[in-house]
Amino acid sequence: MSIKIIKMPHLGESVTEASIALWLVSEGDKIDKYDPVAEAVSDKVTTEIPSNYSGIVKEFLIDLDTDVEIGTPMLSIETDDAEEAGESEQPFGAESPSAIEKKEEMTDHINKEIDEAAEKKPIERDTKASIQQSVSAESEPMADKKARYSPAVVRIAQERDIDLKQVEGSGKHGRITRKDVLNFDVKSQTAANGDLHKGSLQVQKEMIEREMSKKTETPSEQAASYTTVGDEVVPADRIRKAIARKMVQSTSEIPHAWLMVEADVSNIVKLRNKTKDRFKELEGITLSYFPFFVKAVVQALKKHPIINASWDNGNIVFHKDINISVAVATEEHLFVPVIQHTDHYSLSGLSREIDRLASLARDGKLGNQDTQGGTMTLNNTGSFGSVQSMGIINHPQAAILQVESITKRFVPTEDGGFKAADMINLCLSIDHRMIDGLQAGRFLNDVKENLQKFSDESDLY
Amino acid sequence: MAMMTYLEAIHKGIEEEMARDEKVVIFGEDVGGMKGGVFGVTKGLAEKFGDERCFNTPLTEGLIGGLAVGLGTVGYRAIGEFQFADYILPAVNQLISEASRMRYRTKGDWTAPITFRAPYGGGVRGGLYHSQSTEKVLFGQPGLRIVTPSSPRDAKALIKAAIRCDDPVLFYEHKRLYRLLKEDVPEDDHVVPIDKANVVREGDDITVIGYGMVLNHALKAAEILSKEGYEAEVVDVRSIYPLDKETLVKAAKKTGKVLLVTEDNLEGSVMSEISAIIAEEALFDLDAPIKRLAGPDSPSMPYALPLEREFLVTEDKVLNAMRELAEF
Repeated sequence: MSIKIIKMPHLGESVTEASIALWLVSEGDKIDKYDPVAEAVSDKVTTEIPSNYSGIVKEFLIDLDTDVEIGTPMLSIETDDAEEAGESEQPFGAESPSAIEKKEEMTDHINKEIDEAAEKKPIERDTKASIQQSVSAESEPMADKKARYSPAVVRIAQERDIDLKQVEGSGKHGRITRKDVLNFDVKSQTAANGDLHKGSLQVQKEMIEREMSKKTETPSEQAASYTTVGDEVVPADRIRKAIARKMVQSTSEIPHAWLMVEADVSNIVKLRNKTKDRFKELEGITLSYFPFFVKAVVQALKKHPIINASWDNGNIVFHKDINISVAVATEEHLFVPVIQHTDHYSLSGLSREIDRLASLARDGKLGNQDTQGGTMTLNNTGSFGSVQSMGIINHPQAAILQVESITKRFVPTEDGGFKAADMINLCLSIDHRMIDGLQAGRFLNDVKENLQKFSDESDLY
Repeated sequence: MAMMTYLEAIHKGIEEEMARDEKVVIFGEDVGGMKGGVFGVTKGLAEKFGDERCFNTPLTEGLIGGLAVGLGTVGYRAIGEFQFADYILPAVNQLISEASRMRYRTKGDWTAPITFRAPYGGGVRGGLYHSQSTEKVLFGQPGLRIVTPSSPRDAKALIKAAIRCDDPVLFYEHKRLYRLLKEDVPEDDHVVPIDKANVVREGDDITVIGYGMVLNHALKAAEILSKEGYEAEVVDVRSIYPLDKETLVKAAKKTGKVLLVTEDNLEGSVMSEISAIIAEEALFDLDAPIKRLAGPDSPSMPYALPLEREFLVTEDKVLNAMRELAEF
């Protein structure tokens, strides 16, 4: 028997901390390898953590809803792995050197017999050979048949911590069979020296406790100070807490700067009005304005790699891939799923991918792969009527673009008159550590130009 | 449900598929006309579906193979009959180099949806040319399925699955079972998966794996052993190639004592491959050495009755091997 530790596993790239939202086992439970033991939460994604071992759940080593670093011991499991037990028993039948020598002599003798027989009687092929061979092998004198254990017997004995010397064999020549071990009453076993492990268990536990005490400085949220009589205090759920953490991290680490441009998207409005019915018919999804903005941003990012970057301890990381995160609000929460390799998509492809991610978010089914690797965020603030806003950058990205409402406005024409146009405000937040206003302005103007380049004849595919 | 022999079940399966799909055609030596095959499996099909869908070929097995491949590429589902499994050998080039490679070499554009039927097996005083088990000659050719039913129920369901399969399927029929087995067979469109083994009896003392005549011996022996206090798990291989590793390994692990039975001779048989798979996948669940029971390594099934009996894996031999393993 030995104590094994399950650590907080690696939950994905750039995830350094996670917390346990729910234990799926209780202390004292017997579990099998791969059984889920807990639900871990990181960056709004919930992951089931499987056990690496079979055994009995010994102790929870961390508290619920407390962030710990990846690799922190979270659960101890007592396994009945006989090999780990050190010098308890030797199930393979401990033999003294002299016993082995004796056996060697015996096989020598058998070999001599076989050799002599072969000399007297040269090989003759017997038609019964295939059946008889096995029989003759059986009747050969074998040393101590009982001490020869089949792989199945050894495995089961190890799993159940059975001393095979105490098992009666029912097989041929007293061999211990698989069924003999299976039916063996473990409780009847005369006491093995199980107390030996206690010492090591204690040491291990203390080590873990010491390690944990270093970690518990994380401040706990205090609600009490704001309440007056009659107020209702509702603990935030874990996704809301994850959002809160992320927002605090973004605003406290990233010095934000803001810019806004307005763009004429009359052509896009015309194009969409012309094609949306046919598109719905063909593709089965609604053609929204959002994919046009994603496309325009991707085109501009290709020219301005500094926007598609991250600040990392004094280094600027230019990302090879363009993976746009899109903010999706549900009634209760805000999610930012990622369109992986956004530059690989056509307009119709973007529509489809956005639709897929949005419905996964609404159903609460976003997986790790759907939320990782984002390099810049687009937020469709126009969808709820906003005309101007200041977005908080999605850490560790460098920029977020707020796509506001499209509104009809009068704009001057070149001949001195004016016309009604479909105008939109684009509000960009940048990480001012690495991006200056000049670069941001050039980027935004490229986005604007890309949008105006669409005509009502543009191809969606 | 209707009582059917193994042979009637195959006939019925073919008849239903020919009625269901007019692209199904069947041909071979003595298959067409009034004769309907040397065993009568195709009797009445020419009358019912016409001479263009059920016809005779010359005594040229290479042609049966090649014709089936060609028909497959132009949209037919051919059933080619080799009068005896012993006669497949002249067609091996068509079977291996053409039929089984068609899907692969055309990147899946073309398939060879063929069913090659072949009566195999001994115990019928057939001598050298009419008793052999030739499945190991064609075994292990990716692209070429080999299946064999061991009961009338499976015979009908499996021949239908074979005809509908887009791969070439070698359908082995144990000729000793043709009229020996009779049972209730579903009259509806019952089909079984073409690539799954079947646990036909459950037990927890030993596992017996086989197909054909010897599987029926094992089932009988299992009942005798049951009275002695041992319960045998009996598995019908059904899909000889590719093997249903999952089911076979699971059954082997269940008892840890495995007996593999084939009426083919031992060396390099299908059971050798199954043995290797179990050794690889189930070592720590084995409670006894994996045992193979097979015909002797002599060239072919002898004609003389006492010698044929000696060669054959009989019910007694199966029972003894099972008992020995159970007691181990």
